[in-house]
Amino acid sequence: MIQLRNVAKWFDTKNGRVQAVDDVSLTIDRGEIFGIIGYSGAGKSTLIRLLNRLESPSSGEIEVAGSELTKLSPKELRGVRKNVSMVFQHFNLLWSRTVAENISFPLELIGVPASERKRRVQELIELVGLAGREDSYPSQLSGGQKQRVGIARALATNPEVLLCDEATSALDPKTTDSILELLVSINKKLGLTIVLITHEMHVIQKICHRVAVMESGKVVETGQVSDVFQHPEQPITKEFVKQIGAVDDLSLTFEHLKERYPSGQIVKLKFLNETAEQPILSDVLKTHQIGFNIIGGNVTQSQVGALGTLFIQLIGEANEIDRAITSIRSQSVEVEVESDVS
Amino acid sequence: MFPNVDWQIMMEQTWETLYMTLVAGVATFVIGLALGLILYITNESLLLKNRPIYVFVSAIVNVFRSIPFIILIILLIPFTLFLLGTMLGSTAALPALIIGAAPFYARMVELALREVDRGVIEAAESMGATKWQIIYKVLIPEALPALVSGITVTIVAIVGYTAMAGVVGGGGLGNLAYLEGFQRSQNDVTFVATVLILLIVFVIQFIGDRLVTTIDKRSA
Repeated sequence: MIQLRNVAKWFDTKNGRVQAVDDVSLTIDRGEIFGIIGYSGAGKSTLIRLLNRLESPSSGEIEVAGSELTKLSPKELRGVRKNVSMVFQHFNLLWSRTVAENISFPLELIGVPASERKRRVQELIELVGLAGREDSYPSQLSGGQKQRVGIARALATNPEVLLCDEATSALDPKTTDSILELLVSINKKLGLTIVLITHEMHVIQKICHRVAVMESGKVVETGQVSDVFQHPEQPITKEFVKQIGAVDDLSLTFEHLKERYPSGQIVKLKFLNETAEQPILSDVLKTHQIGFNIIGGNVTQSQVGALGTLFIQLIGEANEIDRAITSIRSQSVEVEVESDVS
Repeated sequence: MFPNVDWQIMMEQTWETLYMTLVAGVATFVIGLALGLILYITNESLLLKNRPIYVFVSAIVNVFRSIPFIILIILLIPFTLFLLGTMLGSTAALPALIIGAAPFYARMVELALREVDRGVIEAAESMGATKWQIIYKVLIPEALPALVSGITVTIVAIVGYTAMAGVVGGGGLGNLAYLEGFQRSQNDVTFVATVLILLIVFVIQFIGDRLVTTIDKRSA
Protein backbone atom coordinates (compact mmCIF):
# COMPACT_ATOMS: atom_id res chain seq x y z
CA MET A 1 0.00 0.00 0.00
CA ILE A 2 2.79 2.34 0.95
CA GLN A 3 6.36 1.99 -0.15
CA LEU A 4 9.29 4.22 0.71
CA ARG A 5 12.55 3.75 -1.14
CA ASN A 6 15.67 5.44 0.22
CA VAL A 7 13.71 8.47 1.32
CA ALA A 8 15.59 11.39 2.81
CA LYS A 9 14.46 14.80 3.89
CA TRP A 10 16.67 17.61 5.07
CA PHE A 11 16.01 21.19 5.99
CA ASP A 12 18.54 23.92 5.33
CA THR A 13 18.44 26.30 8.26
CA LYS A 14 20.59 29.20 9.42
CA ASN A 15 22.48 26.79 11.64
CA GLY A 16 23.24 24.42 8.79
CA ARG A 17 21.55 21.38 7.36
CA VAL A 18 19.20 19.35 9.53
CA GLN A 19 18.72 15.75 8.42
CA ALA A 20 15.18 14.94 9.55
CA VAL A 21 14.73 11.68 7.64
CA ASP A 22 17.80 9.71 6.63
CA ASP A 23 17.62 7.01 3.97
CA VAL A 24 14.41 5.32 5.07
CA SER A 25 12.99 2.35 3.18
CA LEU A 26 9.75 0.84 4.38
CA THR A 27 6.85 -1.20 3.07
CA ILE A 28 3.45 -0.90 4.69
CA ASP A 29 0.86 -3.48 3.68
CA ARG A 30 -2.78 -2.93 2.87
CA GLY A 31 -5.05 -3.21 5.90
CA GLU A 32 -2.39 -3.20 8.57
CA ILE A 33 -1.91 -0.84 11.48
CA PHE A 34 1.69 0.25 11.24
CA GLY A 35 3.28 2.16 14.11
CA ILE A 36 6.32 4.38 13.99
CA ILE A 37 7.81 5.13 17.39
CA GLY A 38 10.57 7.49 18.35
CA TYR A 39 11.41 10.31 20.71
CA SER A 40 10.66 13.86 19.66
CA GLY A 41 13.17 14.99 17.08
CA ALA A 42 13.62 11.46 15.74
CA GLY A 43 12.07 12.50 12.43
CA LYS A 44 8.85 10.51 12.72
CA SER A 45 6.63 13.57 12.30
CA THR A 46 8.48 14.58 9.13
CA LEU A 47 8.26 10.99 7.89
CA ILE A 48 4.48 10.77 8.23
CA ARG A 49 4.07 14.21 6.62
CA LEU A 50 5.98 12.90 3.62
CA LEU A 51 3.24 10.32 3.10
CA ASN A 52 0.67 12.93 2.05
CA ARG A 53 3.32 15.34 0.84
CA LEU A 54 2.75 18.02 3.42
CA GLU A 55 6.54 17.78 3.11
CA SER A 56 8.32 16.86 -0.11
CA PRO A 57 11.20 14.43 0.11
CA SER A 58 14.70 15.75 -0.65
CA SER A 59 15.51 12.43 -2.29
CA GLY A 60 14.03 8.98 -2.72
CA GLU A 61 10.67 7.67 -3.87
CA ILE A 62 7.35 7.40 -2.07
CA GLU A 63 4.54 5.32 -3.46
CA VAL A 64 1.15 5.57 -1.75
CA ALA A 65 -1.91 3.65 -2.99
CA GLY A 66 -0.35 3.21 -6.41
CA SER A 67 0.74 6.82 -6.95
CA GLU A 68 4.33 7.97 -6.99
CA LEU A 69 3.95 11.07 -4.84
CA THR A 70 6.95 12.96 -6.12
CA LYS A 71 5.74 12.85 -9.71
CA LEU A 72 2.25 14.30 -9.22
CA SER A 73 0.91 17.58 -10.52
CA PRO A 74 -0.77 19.81 -7.90
CA LYS A 75 -4.15 18.65 -9.15
CA GLU A 76 -3.26 14.96 -9.04
CA LEU A 77 -1.81 15.48 -5.58
CA ARG A 78 -5.12 16.92 -4.34
CA GLY A 79 -6.81 13.79 -5.69
CA VAL A 80 -4.43 11.50 -3.82
CA ARG A 81 -4.92 13.49 -0.63
CA LYS A 82 -8.62 12.62 -0.63
CA ASN A 83 -7.52 9.01 -0.44
CA VAL A 84 -4.90 9.54 2.27
CA SER A 85 -6.42 11.30 5.27
CA MET A 86 -4.69 12.64 8.31
CA VAL A 87 -5.58 12.92 11.99
CA PHE A 88 -3.67 15.46 14.06
CA GLN A 89 -2.35 15.68 17.61
CA HIS A 90 -4.10 19.00 18.20
CA PHE A 91 -7.20 17.99 16.22
CA ASN A 92 -7.02 21.06 13.93
CA LEU A 93 -10.77 21.47 13.74
CA LEU A 94 -12.37 24.65 12.44
CA TRP A 95 -13.74 26.26 15.58
CA SER A 96 -16.16 28.36 13.53
CA ARG A 97 -17.96 25.22 12.35
CA THR A 98 -20.16 22.78 14.25
CA VAL A 99 -19.28 19.10 14.58
CA ALA A 100 -21.45 18.24 11.56
CA GLU A 101 -20.02 21.12 9.50
CA ASN A 102 -16.47 20.09 10.36
CA ILE A 103 -17.08 16.54 9.20
CA SER A 104 -18.78 17.88 6.09
CA PHE A 105 -15.78 20.11 5.26
CA PRO A 106 -13.72 17.67 3.14
CA LEU A 107 -16.89 16.75 1.23
CA GLU A 108 -17.58 20.41 0.46
CA LEU A 109 -14.06 20.70 -0.91
CA ILE A 110 -14.77 18.11 -3.57
CA GLY A 111 -18.26 19.43 -4.32
CA VAL A 112 -20.43 16.62 -2.93
CA PRO A 113 -24.11 17.73 -3.09
CA ALA A 114 -25.64 18.94 0.17
CA SER A 115 -28.14 16.09 0.59
CA GLU A 116 -25.48 13.44 0.16
CA ARG A 117 -23.14 15.32 2.51
CA LYS A 118 -25.82 15.31 5.16
CA ARG A 119 -26.36 11.57 4.87
CA ARG A 120 -22.66 10.80 4.96
CA VAL A 121 -22.05 13.10 7.95
CA GLN A 122 -24.81 11.35 9.90
CA GLU A 123 -23.24 7.96 9.14
CA LEU A 124 -19.86 9.14 10.34
CA ILE A 125 -21.26 10.70 13.50
CA GLU A 126 -22.78 7.33 14.36
CA LEU A 127 -19.56 5.52 13.49
CA VAL A 128 -17.41 7.59 15.85
CA GLY A 129 -20.04 7.67 18.60
CA LEU A 130 -20.92 11.36 18.61
CA ALA A 131 -24.67 11.11 18.04
CA GLY A 132 -26.44 14.07 19.63
CA ARG A 133 -23.41 16.36 19.39
CA GLU A 134 -23.89 17.30 15.71
CA ASP A 135 -24.61 20.95 16.42
CA SER A 136 -22.01 21.52 19.13
CA TYR A 137 -18.97 23.65 18.41
CA PRO A 138 -15.49 22.21 19.00
CA SER A 139 -14.99 24.51 22.00
CA GLN A 140 -17.87 22.71 23.71
CA LEU A 141 -16.27 19.27 23.34
CA SER A 142 -13.71 17.37 25.41
CA GLY A 143 -10.36 16.40 23.90
CA GLY A 144 -11.50 12.87 23.16
CA GLN A 145 -14.66 14.08 21.45
CA LYS A 146 -12.64 16.55 19.39
CA GLN A 147 -10.42 13.72 18.20
CA ARG A 148 -13.50 11.70 17.28
CA VAL A 149 -14.58 14.61 15.10
CA GLY A 150 -11.06 14.67 13.63
CA ILE A 151 -11.31 10.97 12.82
CA ALA A 152 -14.81 11.28 11.35
CA ARG A 153 -13.63 14.18 9.21
CA ALA A 154 -10.67 12.14 8.02
CA LEU A 155 -12.95 9.26 7.04
CA ALA A 156 -15.50 11.40 5.20
CA THR A 157 -13.96 10.92 1.76
CA ASN A 158 -13.65 7.12 2.17
CA PRO A 159 -9.86 7.08 2.16
CA GLU A 160 -7.76 3.93 1.88
CA VAL A 161 -5.04 5.22 4.19
CA LEU A 162 -5.34 7.01 7.51
CA LEU A 163 -2.27 8.81 8.86
CA CYS A 164 -2.31 9.53 12.59
CA ASP A 165 0.15 12.20 13.65
CA GLU A 166 0.46 11.71 17.43
CA ALA A 167 -3.33 11.39 17.46
CA THR A 168 -3.51 10.45 21.14
CA SER A 169 -0.57 12.38 22.57
CA ALA A 170 -2.73 15.27 23.77
CA LEU A 171 -5.22 12.98 25.50
CA ASP A 172 -5.34 11.43 28.96
CA PRO A 173 -4.70 7.65 29.25
CA LYS A 174 -8.36 6.66 29.46
CA THR A 175 -9.38 8.77 26.47
CA THR A 176 -6.31 7.49 24.62
CA ASP A 177 -7.56 3.93 25.04
CA SER A 178 -11.04 4.78 23.76
CA ILE A 179 -9.59 6.52 20.69
CA LEU A 180 -7.27 3.54 20.07
CA GLU A 181 -10.23 1.19 20.26
CA LEU A 182 -12.04 3.36 17.74
CA LEU A 183 -9.03 3.15 15.40
CA VAL A 184 -8.93 -0.65 15.69
CA SER A 185 -12.65 -0.95 14.96
CA ILE A 186 -12.31 1.32 11.93
CA ASN A 187 -9.35 -0.71 10.73
CA LYS A 188 -11.39 -3.91 10.98
CA LYS A 189 -14.70 -2.53 9.72
CA LEU A 190 -13.39 -0.52 6.79
CA GLY A 191 -10.18 -2.42 6.03
CA LEU A 192 -8.32 0.85 6.28
CA THR A 193 -4.54 0.96 6.33
CA ILE A 194 -3.46 2.99 9.36
CA VAL A 195 -0.03 4.53 9.84
CA LEU A 196 0.50 6.13 13.21
CA ILE A 197 3.38 7.82 14.90
CA THR A 198 3.76 8.05 18.64
CA HIS A 199 6.29 8.27 21.43
CA GLU A 200 4.27 5.94 23.63
CA MET A 201 5.03 2.22 23.47
CA HIS A 202 1.62 1.64 25.01
CA VAL A 203 -0.04 2.81 21.78
CA ILE A 204 2.11 0.49 19.65
CA GLN A 205 1.56 -2.49 21.90
CA LYS A 206 -2.17 -1.94 22.07
CA ILE A 207 -3.12 -1.62 18.41
CA CYS A 208 -0.24 -2.01 15.96
CA HIS A 209 0.56 -5.08 13.90
CA ARG A 210 4.02 -3.95 12.92
CA VAL A 211 6.31 -1.29 14.25
CA ALA A 212 9.29 0.73 13.07
CA VAL A 213 11.59 2.36 15.61
CA MET A 214 13.14 5.65 14.59
CA GLU A 215 16.21 7.37 15.93
CA SER A 216 17.98 10.41 14.44
CA GLY A 217 16.10 10.17 11.17
CA LYS A 218 16.78 6.49 10.58
CA VAL A 219 14.58 3.46 11.02
CA VAL A 220 16.75 1.35 13.33
CA GLU A 221 14.42 -1.60 13.84
CA THR A 222 11.25 -2.94 12.20
CA GLY A 223 9.15 -6.02 12.73
CA GLN A 224 6.05 -7.62 14.15
CA VAL A 225 5.09 -5.94 17.41
CA SER A 226 5.34 -9.23 19.32
CA ASP A 227 8.87 -9.91 18.06
CA VAL A 228 10.10 -6.42 18.75
CA PHE A 229 8.63 -6.58 22.24
CA GLN A 230 10.18 -9.88 23.17
CA HIS A 231 13.51 -9.43 21.41
CA PRO A 232 14.32 -5.76 21.14
CA GLU A 233 17.70 -5.44 19.47
CA GLN A 234 18.60 -1.78 19.55
CA PRO A 235 19.22 0.05 22.84
CA ILE A 236 16.50 2.58 22.00
CA THR A 237 13.98 -0.19 21.36
CA LYS A 238 14.85 -1.73 24.72
CA GLU A 239 14.15 1.62 26.35
CA PHE A 240 10.74 1.80 24.73
CA VAL A 241 9.92 -1.75 25.73
CA LYS A 242 10.83 -0.91 29.32
CA GLN A 243 8.21 1.86 29.25
CA ILE A 244 5.58 -0.83 29.33
CA GLY A 245 6.97 -3.23 31.89
CA ALA A 246 8.54 -0.93 34.45
CA VAL A 247 11.06 -3.76 34.68
CA ASP A 248 13.84 -1.48 35.86
CA ASP A 249 12.32 -0.92 39.25
CA LEU A 250 12.54 -4.60 40.08
CA SER A 251 16.29 -4.79 40.64
CA LEU A 252 15.97 -3.57 44.20
CA THR A 253 13.41 -6.24 44.92
CA PHE A 254 15.77 -8.94 43.64
CA GLU A 255 18.47 -7.90 46.08
CA HIS A 256 15.97 -7.77 48.84
CA LEU A 257 14.45 -11.14 48.07
CA LYS A 258 17.83 -12.79 47.69
CA GLU A 259 18.66 -11.77 51.22
CA ARG A 260 15.40 -13.12 52.52
CA TYR A 261 15.41 -16.33 50.48
CA PRO A 262 19.05 -17.21 49.85
CA SER A 263 18.03 -20.65 48.62
CA GLY A 264 15.71 -19.28 46.01
CA GLN A 265 16.32 -18.98 42.30
CA ILE A 266 14.95 -15.87 40.60
CA VAL A 267 13.90 -16.45 37.00
CA LYS A 268 12.40 -14.29 34.29
CA LEU A 269 9.75 -15.89 32.11
CA LYS A 270 8.81 -14.51 28.73
CA PHE A 271 5.47 -15.56 27.38
CA LEU A 272 4.74 -15.22 23.69
CA ASN A 273 1.25 -14.99 22.25
CA GLU A 274 -0.76 -18.15 22.80
CA THR A 275 1.47 -19.54 25.56
CA ALA A 276 0.36 -16.76 27.85
CA GLU A 277 -3.11 -18.17 27.81
CA GLN A 278 -2.14 -21.66 28.97
CA PRO A 279 -1.74 -22.67 32.59
CA ILE A 280 1.96 -23.57 32.12
CA LEU A 281 3.12 -22.43 35.52
CA SER A 282 0.54 -24.29 37.54
CA ASP A 283 1.15 -27.45 35.47
CA VAL A 284 4.88 -27.31 36.18
CA LEU A 285 4.41 -26.56 39.85
CA LYS A 286 2.07 -29.49 40.24
CA THR A 287 4.65 -31.94 38.88
CA HIS A 288 7.69 -30.56 40.73
CA GLN A 289 8.20 -30.20 44.45
CA ILE A 290 8.83 -26.48 44.56
CA GLY A 291 7.16 -23.35 45.78
CA PHE A 292 7.19 -19.96 44.13
CA ASN A 293 6.93 -16.34 44.85
CA ILE A 294 5.75 -13.79 42.28
CA ILE A 295 8.05 -10.80 42.34
CA GLY A 296 6.61 -8.78 39.54
CA GLY A 297 5.66 -8.85 35.97
CA ASN A 298 3.41 -7.71 33.28
CA VAL A 299 1.16 -9.52 30.88
CA THR A 300 -0.53 -7.31 28.33
CA GLN A 301 -2.80 -7.67 25.34
CA SER A 302 -1.58 -6.67 21.93
CA GLN A 303 -3.09 -6.92 18.47
CA VAL A 304 -1.47 -10.34 17.99
CA GLY A 305 -2.36 -11.79 21.38
CA ALA A 306 -1.01 -11.73 24.90
CA LEU A 307 2.57 -10.73 25.64
CA GLY A 308 4.06 -11.16 29.03
CA THR A 309 7.11 -11.05 31.22
CA LEU A 310 6.99 -12.52 34.70
CA PHE A 311 9.62 -12.52 37.42
CA ILE A 312 9.27 -15.33 39.91
CA GLN A 313 11.35 -16.85 42.62
CA LEU A 314 11.44 -20.61 42.73
CA ILE A 315 11.96 -22.07 46.18
CA GLY A 316 13.02 -25.64 46.74
CA GLU A 317 15.90 -28.01 46.11
CA ALA A 318 18.38 -26.94 43.47
CA ASN A 319 17.91 -30.08 41.28
CA GLU A 320 14.17 -29.78 41.46
CA ILE A 321 14.35 -26.13 40.43
CA ASP A 322 16.60 -27.02 37.48
CA ARG A 323 14.16 -29.70 36.35
CA ALA A 324 11.26 -27.28 36.70
CA ILE A 325 13.09 -24.69 34.57
CA THR A 326 13.78 -27.30 31.92
CA SER A 327 10.16 -28.31 31.75
CA ILE A 328 9.01 -24.67 31.52
CA ARG A 329 11.46 -24.21 28.65
CA SER A 330 9.96 -27.19 26.90
CA GLN A 331 6.64 -25.34 26.82
CA SER A 332 8.19 -22.71 24.53
CA VAL A 333 8.41 -20.17 27.28
CA GLU A 334 11.73 -18.38 27.43
CA VAL A 335 13.44 -18.55 30.77
CA GLU A 336 16.24 -16.31 31.91
CA VAL A 337 17.85 -17.14 35.20
CA GLU A 338 17.92 -13.78 36.82
CA SER A 339 20.88 -14.37 39.15
CA ASP A 340 23.06 -14.96 36.10
CA VAL A 341 21.77 -11.89 34.36
CA SER A 342 21.95 -9.30 37.10
CA MET B 1 -31.60 75.50 25.72
CA PHE B 2 -29.26 75.62 22.72
CA PRO B 3 -30.08 79.07 21.27
CA ASN B 4 -27.72 78.86 18.31
CA VAL B 5 -28.53 75.33 17.22
CA ASP B 6 -30.49 75.01 14.01
CA TRP B 7 -31.80 71.45 14.39
CA GLN B 8 -32.63 71.19 10.70
CA ILE B 9 -29.00 71.81 9.76
CA MET B 10 -27.76 69.68 12.65
CA MET B 11 -29.73 66.68 11.36
CA GLU B 12 -28.60 67.26 7.77
CA GLN B 13 -24.98 67.31 8.89
CA THR B 14 -25.51 64.19 11.00
CA TRP B 15 -26.65 62.40 7.86
CA GLU B 16 -23.62 63.76 6.01
CA THR B 17 -21.35 62.30 8.69
CA LEU B 18 -23.19 58.98 8.60
CA TYR B 19 -22.99 58.95 4.79
CA MET B 20 -19.24 59.54 4.77
CA THR B 21 -18.66 57.00 7.52
CA LEU B 22 -20.73 54.29 5.91
CA VAL B 23 -19.46 54.67 2.35
CA ALA B 24 -15.86 55.01 3.47
CA GLY B 25 -16.39 52.13 5.93
CA VAL B 26 -17.66 49.74 3.26
CA ALA B 27 -14.91 50.70 0.80
CA THR B 28 -12.29 50.41 3.54
CA PHE B 29 -13.57 46.96 4.46
CA VAL B 30 -13.29 45.71 0.87
CA ILE B 31 -9.94 47.33 0.03
CA GLY B 32 -8.44 46.66 3.46
CA LEU B 33 -9.52 43.01 3.35
CA ALA B 34 -7.97 42.59 -0.10
CA LEU B 35 -4.71 44.28 0.93
CA GLY B 36 -4.61 42.35 4.21
CA LEU B 37 -5.14 39.06 2.38
CA ILE B 38 -2.33 39.92 -0.04
CA LEU B 39 -0.05 40.75 2.89
CA TYR B 40 -0.89 37.48 4.64
CA ILE B 41 -0.81 35.20 1.63
CA THR B 42 2.47 36.54 0.26
CA ASN B 43 4.11 36.09 3.65
CA GLU B 44 2.87 32.55 4.36
CA SER B 45 4.87 29.59 3.12
CA LEU B 46 1.78 27.34 3.14
CA LEU B 47 0.09 29.61 0.59
CA LEU B 48 1.79 31.82 -1.99
CA LYS B 49 4.86 33.23 -0.30
CA ASN B 50 6.31 35.97 -2.45
CA ARG B 51 8.82 38.23 -0.78
CA PRO B 52 8.93 41.05 -3.40
CA ILE B 53 5.14 41.48 -3.51
CA TYR B 54 4.96 41.38 0.27
CA VAL B 55 7.65 44.02 0.70
CA PHE B 56 6.07 46.24 -1.95
CA VAL B 57 2.50 46.14 -0.56
CA SER B 58 3.79 46.36 2.99
CA ALA B 59 5.77 49.52 2.15
CA ILE B 60 2.77 51.23 0.56
CA VAL B 61 0.56 50.32 3.52
CA ASN B 62 3.14 51.63 5.96
CA VAL B 63 3.57 54.92 4.14
CA PHE B 64 -0.13 55.72 3.96
CA ARG B 65 -0.71 54.54 7.50
CA SER B 66 2.02 56.82 8.81
CA ILE B 67 0.95 60.11 7.19
CA PRO B 68 -1.15 62.11 9.68
CA PHE B 69 -4.68 62.23 8.32
CA ILE B 70 -4.98 66.01 8.20
CA ILE B 71 -1.84 66.15 6.04
CA LEU B 72 -3.03 63.26 3.87
CA ILE B 73 -6.20 65.20 2.98
CA ILE B 74 -4.13 68.18 1.85
CA LEU B 75 -1.72 65.99 -0.10
CA LEU B 76 -4.64 64.31 -1.83
CA ILE B 77 -6.35 67.55 -2.95
CA PRO B 78 -5.00 67.33 -6.55
CA PHE B 79 -6.06 63.66 -6.71
CA THR B 80 -9.56 64.48 -5.39
CA LEU B 81 -9.92 67.37 -7.84
CA PHE B 82 -8.88 65.11 -10.69
CA LEU B 83 -11.30 62.40 -9.59
CA LEU B 84 -14.38 64.44 -8.60
CA GLY B 85 -13.74 67.97 -9.92
CA THR B 86 -14.21 69.47 -6.48
CA MET B 87 -12.67 69.33 -3.03
CA LEU B 88 -15.76 70.53 -1.17
CA GLY B 89 -18.58 68.51 0.33
CA SER B 90 -18.93 65.06 1.81
CA THR B 91 -18.30 63.04 -1.35
CA ALA B 92 -15.03 64.90 -1.87
CA ALA B 93 -13.88 63.70 1.54
CA LEU B 94 -14.30 60.02 0.57
CA PRO B 95 -11.03 59.39 -1.33
CA ALA B 96 -8.98 60.71 1.57
CA LEU B 97 -11.04 58.79 4.14
CA ILE B 98 -10.65 55.53 2.23
CA ILE B 99 -6.95 55.98 1.45
CA GLY B 100 -6.35 56.91 5.09
CA ALA B 101 -8.34 54.06 6.63
CA ALA B 102 -7.81 51.10 4.26
CA PRO B 103 -4.09 50.60 5.05
CA PHE B 104 -4.91 50.81 8.76
CA TYR B 105 -7.50 48.07 8.35
CA ALA B 106 -5.20 46.05 6.06
CA ARG B 107 -2.72 45.64 8.94
CA MET B 108 -5.53 44.54 11.23
CA VAL B 109 -6.65 41.99 8.64
CA GLU B 110 -3.10 40.67 8.34
CA LEU B 111 -2.86 40.27 12.12
CA ALA B 112 -6.29 38.63 12.30
CA LEU B 113 -5.32 36.08 9.63
CA ARG B 114 -2.02 35.34 11.33
CA GLU B 115 -3.97 34.35 14.42
CA VAL B 116 -5.59 31.51 12.48
CA ASP B 117 -4.00 28.24 13.60
CA ARG B 118 -1.54 27.04 10.95
CA GLY B 119 -2.50 23.50 11.86
CA VAL B 120 -6.01 24.13 10.56
CA ILE B 121 -4.64 25.43 7.27
CA GLU B 122 -2.44 22.35 7.03
CA ALA B 123 -5.41 20.11 7.80
CA ALA B 124 -7.33 21.70 4.92
CA GLU B 125 -4.29 21.21 2.70
CA SER B 126 -4.05 17.56 3.73
CA MET B 127 -7.68 17.12 2.59
CA GLY B 128 -6.83 18.41 -0.85
CA ALA B 129 -8.14 21.97 -0.54
CA THR B 130 -7.04 24.44 -3.20
CA LYS B 131 -5.38 27.70 -2.12
CA TRP B 132 -8.56 29.57 -2.95
CA GLN B 133 -10.67 27.15 -0.89
CA ILE B 134 -8.27 27.64 2.01
CA ILE B 135 -8.80 31.39 1.79
CA TYR B 136 -12.58 31.51 1.65
CA LYS B 137 -13.49 28.35 3.54
CA VAL B 138 -10.84 28.42 6.26
CA LEU B 139 -9.00 31.71 6.67
CA ILE B 140 -11.87 34.19 6.45
CA PRO B 141 -14.44 32.22 8.52
CA GLU B 142 -11.85 31.37 11.17
CA ALA B 143 -10.64 34.98 11.41
CA LEU B 144 -14.12 36.52 11.20
CA PRO B 145 -14.49 37.73 14.80
CA ALA B 146 -11.15 39.53 14.60
CA LEU B 147 -12.03 40.91 11.15
CA VAL B 148 -15.29 42.31 12.52
CA SER B 149 -13.79 43.83 15.66
CA GLY B 150 -11.07 45.30 13.43
CA ILE B 151 -13.56 46.97 11.10
CA THR B 152 -15.45 48.31 14.14
CA VAL B 153 -12.31 50.02 15.45
CA THR B 154 -11.54 51.27 11.92
CA ILE B 155 -15.03 52.73 11.40
CA VAL B 156 -14.81 54.53 14.75
CA ALA B 157 -11.52 56.00 13.54
CA ILE B 158 -13.24 57.01 10.27
CA VAL B 159 -15.83 59.00 12.27
CA GLY B 160 -12.91 60.92 13.76
CA TYR B 161 -11.40 61.39 10.29
CA THR B 162 -14.70 62.83 8.94
CA ALA B 163 -14.51 65.57 11.57
CA MET B 164 -10.99 66.47 10.41
CA ALA B 165 -12.11 66.35 6.80
CA GLY B 166 -14.85 68.79 7.79
CA VAL B 167 -12.27 71.39 8.71
CA VAL B 168 -10.79 71.44 5.21
CA GLY B 169 -14.03 71.52 3.27
CA GLY B 170 -15.72 68.16 3.79
CA GLY B 171 -19.26 68.20 5.14
CA GLY B 172 -20.73 66.71 8.29
CA LEU B 173 -20.76 67.43 12.00
CA GLY B 174 -17.05 68.23 12.13
CA ASN B 175 -17.49 70.91 9.52
CA LEU B 176 -20.48 72.33 11.41
CA ALA B 177 -18.68 72.33 14.74
CA TYR B 178 -15.69 74.09 13.18
CA LEU B 179 -17.46 76.72 11.07
CA GLU B 180 -20.55 77.45 13.17
CA GLY B 181 -19.28 76.45 16.60
CA PHE B 182 -15.64 77.43 16.72
CA GLN B 183 -15.28 80.24 14.23
CA ARG B 184 -18.47 81.98 15.35
CA SER B 185 -17.96 81.19 19.04
CA GLN B 186 -21.23 79.31 19.38
CA ASN B 187 -20.22 76.79 22.00
CA ASP B 188 -23.65 75.18 22.14
CA VAL B 189 -23.32 74.12 18.50
CA THR B 190 -19.94 72.52 19.17
CA PHE B 191 -21.39 70.79 22.19
CA VAL B 192 -24.40 69.32 20.39
CA ALA B 193 -22.24 68.22 17.43
CA THR B 194 -19.89 66.48 19.85
CA VAL B 195 -22.72 64.66 21.59
CA LEU B 196 -24.06 63.47 18.23
CA ILE B 197 -20.63 62.21 17.17
CA LEU B 198 -20.25 60.36 20.46
CA LEU B 199 -23.65 58.79 19.93
CA ILE B 200 -22.69 57.60 16.47
CA VAL B 201 -19.48 56.07 17.85
CA PHE B 202 -21.31 54.32 20.68
CA VAL B 203 -23.86 52.82 18.32
CA ILE B 204 -21.13 51.57 15.96
CA GLN B 205 -19.17 50.05 18.82
CA PHE B 206 -22.30 48.42 20.23
CA ILE B 207 -23.26 46.83 16.92
CA GLY B 208 -19.67 45.65 16.36
CA ASP B 209 -19.42 44.08 19.81
CA ARG B 210 -22.75 42.31 19.44
CA LEU B 211 -21.74 40.90 16.06
CA VAL B 212 -18.45 39.58 17.44
CA THR B 213 -20.20 37.88 20.36
CA THR B 214 -22.62 36.18 17.99
CA ILE B 215 -20.02 34.82 15.57
CA ASP B 216 -17.25 33.96 18.04
CA LYS B 217 -17.54 30.25 18.84
CA ARG B 218 -14.10 29.87 20.34
CA SER B 219 -15.22 29.79 23.97
CA ALA B 220 -17.89 27.41 25.15
